[in-house]
Amino acid sequence: MATPSIPAGGHSDPTRRDFLMVATGSLAAVGAAATAWPFINNLNPAADTLALASVEVNVSPIQVGQAITVNWRGQPLFIRHRTAQEIKEADAVPLSELRDPQTDNSRVTDLAKKVRPEWLIMVGVCTHLGCVPLGNKPGQPKGPYGGWFCPCHGSAYDTSGRIRVGPAPKNLVIPPYLFTSDTIVKVG
Amino acid sequence: MASSHGTPPVFNNKVIAWIDHRLPIFSYLEKEYHTFPTPRNFNYFWNFGAIATVMLVLMIATGVVLATNYQPNVLMAFDSVERIDRDVPQGWLIRDLHMNGASFFFIAVYIHIFRGMYYGSYKAPRELLWILGVVIFLLLMATAFMGYVLPWGQMSFWGATVITNLFSAIPVVGQSVVDWLWGGFAVENPTLNRFFAFHYLLPFIIVAVVALHVVALHVHGSNNPLGIDPKGPQDTVPFHPYYTMKDGFGVMIFLIIYAGFVFFAPDYLGHPDNYIPANPLVTPDHIVPEWYFLPFYAILRAIPDKLGGVLAMFGAIGVLFVLPWLDTSRVRSCTFRPIYKWFMYLLVIDVVILGICGANPPEGWYVPLAQLATLYYFFHFLILLPILGKIERPLPLPPSIADAVLKQKAG
Amino acid sequence: MRKSMKRLLVSGALALASLSAGAAAIAAGGEIKLPSKQWHFQGPFGTYDRSAAQRGYQVYQEVCAACHSMSLMYYRNLMALGLTEGQVKSLIKDIQVPDLNDDGQPIERPAKLSDRFKSPFPNALAAAAANNGKAPPDLSVIAKARAGGPDYLYGLLIGYVPYDKLTPQQIKEFDVSKDDNFNKYFPGHKIGMAPPLADDKVTYADGTKATLDQEASDVTQFLAWAAEPHMEARKRTGVRVILFLLALAGLMYAVKRSVWADKH
Repeated sequence: MATPSIPAGGHSDPTRRDFLMVATGSLAAVGAAATAWPFINNLNPAADTLALASVEVNVSPIQVGQAITVNWRGQPLFIRHRTAQEIKEADAVPLSELRDPQTDNSRVTDLAKKVRPEWLIMVGVCTHLGCVPLGNKPGQPKGPYGGWFCPCHGSAYDTSGRIRVGPAPKNLVIPPYLFTSDTIVKVG
Repeated sequence: MASSHGTPPVFNNKVIAWIDHRLPIFSYLEKEYHTFPTPRNFNYFWNFGAIATVMLVLMIATGVVLATNYQPNVLMAFDSVERIDRDVPQGWLIRDLHMNGASFFFIAVYIHIFRGMYYGSYKAPRELLWILGVVIFLLLMATAFMGYVLPWGQMSFWGATVITNLFSAIPVVGQSVVDWLWGGFAVENPTLNRFFAFHYLLPFIIVAVVALHVVALHVHGSNNPLGIDPKGPQDTVPFHPYYTMKDGFGVMIFLIIYAGFVFFAPDYLGHPDNYIPANPLVTPDHIVPEWYFLPFYAILRAIPDKLGGVLAMFGAIGVLFVLPWLDTSRVRSCTFRPIYKWFMYLLVIDVVILGICGANPPEGWYVPLAQLATLYYFFHFLILLPILGKIERPLPLPPSIADAVLKQKAG
Repeated sequence: MRKSMKRLLVSGALALASLSAGAAAIAAGGEIKLPSKQWHFQGPFGTYDRSAAQRGYQVYQEVCAACHSMSLMYYRNLMALGLTEGQVKSLIKDIQVPDLNDDGQPIERPAKLSDRFKSPFPNALAAAAANNGKAPPDLSVIAKARAGGPDYLYGLLIGYVPYDKLTPQQIKEFDVSKDDNFNKYFPGHKIGMAPPLADDKVTYADGTKATLDQEASDVTQFLAWAAEPHMEARKRTGVRVILFLLALAGLMYAVKRSVWADKH
């Protein structure tokens, strides 16, 4: 409504007035933009939410061949203590066979670039449409590639959590994590 | 897009012209907010309509954002407000704006109301405009009251208890009405829950009534400090840029004072007890409503009878609805009413005295003072106004607005 | 017309001034005059004295926390007092908080940064039962929840008068017995809380001498910070906002003057 373009009909000093109008309009626009920011920023994750954005997990109780599920940022986090056989299988797959080519090593490296092939840590959310794949608990179907199997639309993941068959486009996501000691891993 | 009074606007911008041909919003804005002929002699009291509008928009904007983090549940409400204050990014800012915004909205509205009274803006042909304004005022009070309950502190809880109990004064069905308001047998979770729902709803109804208020305003145009109608183009100026700029300046000054409170004394207008979580078993020593209710609270307590007090309190607002017909004077502006003018100042002082009485415990000389002030309040509207209009001899009115403005410039 | 408007303004301003004076009289909570101390956080540019507030946390943790919860505070909040993550972790390393294990059984585990301050009692009823029927108030926002704010808290902590120092008139007027705690600044003077602080009640890590006055002042500053951790951001933002509004108001006034130049 208050556009600064005003006809100057009959006023004493139109140039000075136009300049003032433009300056005022610009400053008001800056003010409006600066005012909008707190309203937008208000909807960002709050400090109490951010404080839970990283979790520390003690992995020492997880036996070889077992896996646990941890709640991380409201999503399931899969932590699997892989057997030597599983690691070997994952390593042996040629990249050309993969829909989303990633080496197994690149998926078991923490933020300090240390490779721990026995620990596979992934977000347990199918990259197709967000279901939680089966296979993390004993007795659940692991699918044709011995990893995870999504019951919603039949995506199957291998022992490195890589997509092998089904509609999912990507491998299961590896979150940023860091082993702060041999038994404590900090995720997020 | 320049145009003068009367001629339909021509839009050079093709998109604007295309839209306007189908949906004449630009013609409407042009007519109502650009070329709209407005008396040229407004003083700064005429800023407060625009200021109140700015506050309404600000309250809705901050309120909607607050609602995204607030929890209307008795177990969580207090903590969720503190979470907004502590953990939500810039949540403290939004909350302080909202909390103090209520007070400043009322400041603007009260000045707006007294301006209307002083200059006789309620008189024919603006009676419905005035009545719509009183409706807005009532809705505003309801919204503010329910909003104050939401943080679920001690004052929230006991304020809600006391105010809702007013309705128990209604003969026969009183208690049923109160139980219905509460959704239970005390102010409890259902009460908080519904107050939140209505606190969110009412502002949008206020927006609708404000729209009607503006429509009514633009039928006959604004009143002005002289209270005489414009007689031609020499008495008016186009609304834009003359009053957009003047309103803009007034809004800025108002916002500076508001910002002073928001950023440097955010809790000054509040009460410390509202930082104590609600406790239904312990009543605070001294319950006071928010400052903007104090005059009416004083009237409530001034009458030593439950039903009488409630009726007086609602009557104090109800009397405003019939103000246009209580005032029998044909002169609008107090500028030309040498006697009534002083009674108008007295009314302002009277309302402030009522406010002070409302803020203090009903003991000692506050009791007779509140009763005297209540008496004057009703005397002013119900007896003084009808009689004085008949007997007062007004000063001669100037022939036109332009004439008065030019004379003032010369003098 | 101008004159009448001015008169209306003046009467309005007078009225507002008297109204705020009335409100202030209530806020002061009666006739007891609180000690007024020059706090570091006062005034439009005041900030929290971080080291005083850190010492205050120590006083809270070692003395007050035995009875008073601070349930709105998280241990992570202490990092805003100028402590590093490691320092806070070492401060809380011995604190055990209740939780449930994977089988739903109640357990105690070491406190984490994302935990709220541990409450001394499991719930309000238990707190009341352990304290002669009245639960000690939560201290999270106590600095905002009492008339007088920090001055009141500080006064309360240093305001105890032993029974033998009371005048006979005081004893009579307030009906004080030997077992009562008399406090100069508590409304009604008889307070349930025994004098919580004394000289050398804590040993400060930074070598500050722990007098009663020092402890009271430190813990008051900690509680003031806890009640409003964002105060510094609030004042900083306020200075910027008001400067901006002043500039815009100045420009608006110039525009308004030039627009109206030919009409006045």
